[in-house]
Amino acid sequence: MAGMSFDLIALQLFTGLALGAIYVLFAIGLSLIFGMLTVVNFAHGAFYMVGAYVGLFLLSLGGNFWLCLVAVPLIVGTIGLVVERFLIRPLYGRGIDYPLLLTFGLSYVMVELIRIAFGKSGYPFDTPELLQGAVNIGVGYFPLYRLFVIGVAAAVLLGLWLFLERTSFGLIIRAGARDPQIVRVLGVNVARVWLFVFGIGSGIAALAGLLAAPLQGVIPEMGATILAEAFVVTVVGGMGSIGGAVIAGLLVGVVVSMTSLFAPEMAKVSIFALMAIVLLIRPQGFFGRAGLMS
Amino acid sequence: MAKKMTGSNSISRRRLLTTASAGAVLAASPFRINLLQAQEATIKVGFPVPLTGPYGTEAQDQVRAAEVAIAEFNEAGGLDGRKAELLVRDDKLNPGEAATRTLELIEKEKVNFIVGSLSASVQLAVNNVTKERKIIYNSISQSDEINEAKDFSKYTFHEALTPHLTAGAVGRYAFSKFGKKVAFLTADYAYGHEMVRGFQEAGKAFGIESLVDIRHPLGTTDFSALLPRIQALKPDILVISNFGRDQQIALKQATDFGMKKSMKIVAPILLYTGRIAAGAQAFEGVVGGTSYYWGIEDKVASAKAFNDRFRKMHGGKVPSDYGALGYAGVKTLLMGAKAAGSLDTDKVIAAVEALKYDYYKGPEYYRKCDHQAVQSVLIIESKSKPEKGESDVFNVLATEEPSERNLRTCEALGHKS
Repeated sequence: MAGMSFDLIALQLFTGLALGAIYVLFAIGLSLIFGMLTVVNFAHGAFYMVGAYVGLFLLSLGGNFWLCLVAVPLIVGTIGLVVERFLIRPLYGRGIDYPLLLTFGLSYVMVELIRIAFGKSGYPFDTPELLQGAVNIGVGYFPLYRLFVIGVAAAVLLGLWLFLERTSFGLIIRAGARDPQIVRVLGVNVARVWLFVFGIGSGIAALAGLLAAPLQGVIPEMGATILAEAFVVTVVGGMGSIGGAVIAGLLVGVVVSMTSLFAPEMAKVSIFALMAIVLLIRPQGFFGRAGLMS
Repeated sequence: MAKKMTGSNSISRRRLLTTASAGAVLAASPFRINLLQAQEATIKVGFPVPLTGPYGTEAQDQVRAAEVAIAEFNEAGGLDGRKAELLVRDDKLNPGEAATRTLELIEKEKVNFIVGSLSASVQLAVNNVTKERKIIYNSISQSDEINEAKDFSKYTFHEALTPHLTAGAVGRYAFSKFGKKVAFLTADYAYGHEMVRGFQEAGKAFGIESLVDIRHPLGTTDFSALLPRIQALKPDILVISNFGRDQQIALKQATDFGMKKSMKIVAPILLYTGRIAAGAQAFEGVVGGTSYYWGIEDKVASAKAFNDRFRKMHGGKVPSDYGALGYAGVKTLLMGAKAAGSLDTDKVIAAVEALKYDYYKGPEYYRKCDHQAVQSVLIIESKSKPEKGESDVFNVLATEEPSERNLRTCEALGHKS
């Protein structure tokens, strides 16, 4: 095939990693929330979008992007805490449908609130000055900002891993993801754990939204497409598994990127083809718990 | 004493009965009813546009500009005292919805004219309804098909540009200045295909080398997977043929990848509203075409008049390119009616066909075979930053003067001469 040099393929792989980084951050929260709370969080995309808008708002007040990287997950994470405590908690024990419907409706409400507050057409989001421009990564020019996104995703993953592996709270979360019944029997206040997990998940989704904003601008509907793609990631990686979300997220990014190189029209469909293949071979995803949906 | 039933000042019963019955006959007569209608009936212009959906901003500007046209017509006395009225409907960018709204406007509201619609497929849906119902329709967005014999009818007019004309004009400018090796990044639907076809036809005369034509799905938010391949081919020019948000994101990401350093980015249309939404950085240095830019008011008197009226009616804002089409679409039909002195459809059609007008951008007229408005195309380049206020976003590099040579021929469109 003409023009398919090693450089181009390598550059394309790198692009895939950058794409995957956003998927990973977004899907981790989704996977955790489903794995631990058994809640299909349809509002996850809305938290992503709210994160981008909160970032926009803070910047307009005179803040800087670095500040937003810290403030946005904290602010939206807190919103997540409130949502879990007052909206979702009352619905536990009633099966999978109620929280699903609630989060679905919540997503509409959040999108409309943002439309009312910020208008329907969306805004541009400038790449922070220090991160503008492209760098030569050996195989070609690559936007500095996308390298930054990969870096942030890696840092967040590292932090999350340390938290889960090295703290006792992390231990509880891991145990709860493996077997919530036993954890409750052992006397742990599961409600508080779930509150916290929802908050963390929403906060990281918001961070993903903030990071995505300079790539494509912000519009109130930006959460919808990525939610669909993220469901693919969580299903492929296995609901409830963070490691699965990471591997699947990067894999999906690379698949989209490499398919775009050879057949751009098939790029969006390719991830669903991937999902179909994985489900045929291993229905619970790479690292998922079998029988989670029943 | 009892003989005279009525006094000298009072009305006799016979007279009362005669007058009353004469009055009743007159009241019931069609003559009187016609008089009533002529005084009260306004000229109704139906205006289906996508108020909700991705082109809501452009559609709303079209409504604002159409209001200017209606106001100007009414202030100048209307048609023998009959005023015009704009009936705006939301077609939701959906052909089915547009057809329903159009039918409603025709059957229920009894409109005299229809003007409107963004998006090629929606226009065609509206046109199908209007041509069947024999109502004049002036389409105000890009389309190559609406001029073609199979879609055209004598009731169809097209004030907006065609992709062939626009892409051709931009191509003729770009290929003569920026180089011969061209890469295409195209949205995979009618608009994108028609634009690329226009560029490639114009490019034949310049001997361009088409390196690649990458088609992306409508609504793509991440082009990063498509850009490295383009960069590897080292084109002189990258032609990005997409619309709305797709265009804004594509330009932003092409900028991020540093592509502007090694190639000239060219688009068939640059929207004023798109530039405002995406910001200066994404659009900077991009060359494209447009039907109208407010900035020509320094050189074109009718533009200044239109802009000033728009500013006055809408809080100091300037009209956008698509907005101005809303103005022209309504105005040409109303002025045609005025010239014809009647609302009779065939008379208005003849009057509009004969119209030589300069309402907002310079001289224009409608070509007889397909009712396409023959008009100028402006070649613009986006500025790196506004200098004279935040609307100062484009530089007009060149103007391609109105000429039928730049349109597809009547024969090519299937019209018998």
